[in-house]
This record gives sequence, structure tokens and C-alpha cells, in this order.
Amino acid sequence: MEGVERQFERMVREHQNRVFALGLALTGNRHDAEEVAQDTFLRAYRALVTYPPSRIRDLKQKAWLHRIAVNVFRNRLRGIKPRLVELNGSESDHAPGPEARAMQRAQMDDLAVRVAGLPLRYREAVVLRHVQELSYAEVAQTLGQPVGTVKANVHRGLKLLRGDEDDRADD
Amino acid sequence: MIELTTDLKRLGDEKAPDGFVDRLLAQAGMADSYARFETVLGDVYVAWNRLGVSAAARSESAAAFEEFFKNDVGRPLVPAQPPADLAARIQDELSGKRRMRFDLRGLTDFEQAVLRKTYEIPRGEVRPYGWVAREIRHPAAVRAVGTALANNPIPYFIPCHRVVRTDGKIGNYGGGGPEAKRAILTMEGVRVNRLQELARAGVRYQGVRTTKIFCYPTCHTGRHALEKNVVWLRDEASAKAAGFRPCKVCRPAAA
Repeated sequence: MEGVERQFERMVREHQNRVFALGLALTGNRHDAEEVAQDTFLRAYRALVTYPPSRIRDLKQKAWLHRIAVNVFRNRLRGIKPRLVELNGSESDHAPGPEARAMQRAQMDDLAVRVAGLPLRYREAVVLRHVQELSYAEVAQTLGQPVGTVKANVHRGLKLLRGDEDDRADD
Repeated sequence: MIELTTDLKRLGDEKAPDGFVDRLLAQAGMADSYARFETVLGDVYVAWNRLGVSAAARSESAAAFEEFFKNDVGRPLVPAQPPADLAARIQDELSGKRRMRFDLRGLTDFEQAVLRKTYEIPRGEVRPYGWVAREIRHPAAVRAVGTALANNPIPYFIPCHRVVRTDGKIGNYGGGGPEAKRAILTMEGVRVNRLQELARAGVRYQGVRTTKIFCYPTCHTGRHALEKNVVWLRDEASAKAAGFRPCKVCRPAAA
């Protein structure tokens, strides 16, 4: 039991930024991103305590956490309405830093809002491929879609982000 | 194209907010949360986790409480917004209603037994250390009971102040010294001076002539006896010799 808790803590420390960034790109704001990240790790923990040690050892943590995070995110969409976008996130995590950092942060928030504005299937594909930098095969596995579909969705998502409306798929 | 994908990549480098890990561990039950509460005893810092309340202290500051928790419990501790009903539970608990759950993990079985037994002592009453020892079937471990109570991580709520010495001395108190112990007992309705006078006079028990039952002096079952029917008893042997049997509620002696 003690062992699982330590392993879990290590997993959280190692993957917290990655999972948070995934949440940020999918939801478009830091508050929801933290909730997605938190739910993801809590679910992971509940699963871990039921796994035998061998299964924990062989776990591909990164891919596993991505899969959980995408499911958490999809469940949220089904359950609750997305919040109105709060550009600067909550006060508590707003560490006052140098101006350059604040600007970078604002830019990233801006980009996150744009990404979160994409239709769902493009958004998931673009985020996993270009924000999380998974391979097409990994994205396909995470989303449970064929590689061809993923490639097409990434392509269209990027076009939309660039504001290139012409190539927009009909939906 | 290049710029957009570079930006997306940078988005992936965004960091989780400060304290994310601590908050998460608290939620998973691997760290405890704490907050300060205003109570009848003044400001009390209380720590809790998913199993219940894990520590309490009237610390000078948040930093002092964190230090106390680190030494006493040893798990990570995070300041947090308390659950909605915790403040009400705290007030209820301090006014004698039992609504709290406790997390005593990390204490030995013996320490846990001492604290659980102590929790049974009603508000407004006191018991000797020897009573706790006897009740948990370690009748010789009176000093160990004292040590376990001195290390009680949840004073006020687990009422170690209700365990007193039989010689009339108030006894030391981890929750703020003998003065604090006296003040809390007085607030709970214990007549501390009277209790000390009885103890100094060598009286341990109160017997009631009409029922032939003897109790600890603060036991609520003996409270309504008429003055003329009360007899003061020095020890178990003389009580039994005079035909008294021990009270089944406060259990002043093995029945």
C-alpha cells in the first residue's frame, strides 16, 4: 500500500505539467485544466491501488494518463457546461513574475482559447499530436481511431487554427 | 505552419500551478488539509483528511501548527478550504455532541485504545488515569496511559483533559498546561475545586445510601441524589464492605 502511494506521488510529480498542459489546450482555461488534471490523477490513483505490482511496473504511464485525461475531458463535456473562459485563470495560481513571463502566459492563454474553440474531433487530434507531441500511432491508440482519421483531423484542425476557412470540412 | 506548430508545442510546456501536487495528494488522502477555526476555546487549527480529523492545536500561527503536525503526524500538510460541514461539526463536538470521525493511523494500537476509551468520557465528567488503563485491559499501564494522552494529536476533541489524577492534582496537559485543563473542565461544568477538595480528603467515590451504588464523584447518575443520602467512600474495599456495588455507567471498579 505504502509502495503504491510513493509510486503514485512520483508519477504525479513527473507528469503533472504534461497532464495540466493537455487540460489547458483541451478546455482553454487554467481553472478547468487543473480540474481535469486533478480528476485524471485521482482516477489513476483509484485504478493503481487495484493493480497487481507487475501491472504497475509494466504500465506505460504517459500513454495511460493521456487516455484517462481524454476520457475525463469527454465526460466533463457530457456532464457539465464548459465555463466561460477566464483568460487569466484563478488568482491563486497567478504567481507574479517578470513581465516577459506574464506576456508569454497571456499568449499561451490566448492560444489555448483558440484551440479549445476547435470542434471536438479536430481539437483532440491537434492537441495530442502537436501540444503533447505524440506520434500519429499513439494519438490513434489514445483516441481509439484509425491513423488515417487522426491525420485528417490534425490537418483540418491546423487549417482552422490558421484561419484558413476554405479547406474546412463540412460538418 | 511552422510558427503555429511551434506555438502549440510551447503550449505543451505550460506548467501546472504551484501547489498542484500537494492539493492532489490531499484529495487522494495522502496529505492532510488544515484550516483555522474560531471556537469556544479560541482559535484552533484543525487538520483533516478523508478518514476524519487527524490533529488539532491552539497554535500561535499556521507555521507553528505545520511544525507541530510535521513532528506529531509526519504526513504532508496543505492549507485548504474546509468541507462545508466541518465548522459545524467542530462546534457540536466541543459542546458535547459526537459527530466527528478521527484518523488515528500512525498511532500504536495501545495509543489508539487509550484515545478511543477517553473519547467515551462524557462532557462534565472526569476519570482517573487508572480507569482508562483498567478499561482497556492494561490495568498496570497507568503511566503509559499518561504518556499516550500527553501525545494525543487531537486534544479538545478527544478529551484528554477529562482524565485526571486521583490525588487531586490537576495533572499536566498537552493542550496548554494545567491552567488550560482547569479552564476547559470548568467550562464543561466540572466543579474542579470541589473535586480537588474531595481528592485531598482521600475520598474517591460517592455512594448513595438508598441505591447502594457507588460512582465517581462526577458521574451523572449520582448527580440527583439527595444530600442526606450521599456517603463519601475512600476506596473500593470499604465501599463493598459497606454493601455498595459499583455503578454500571461510570464503572469505578470491575463489577
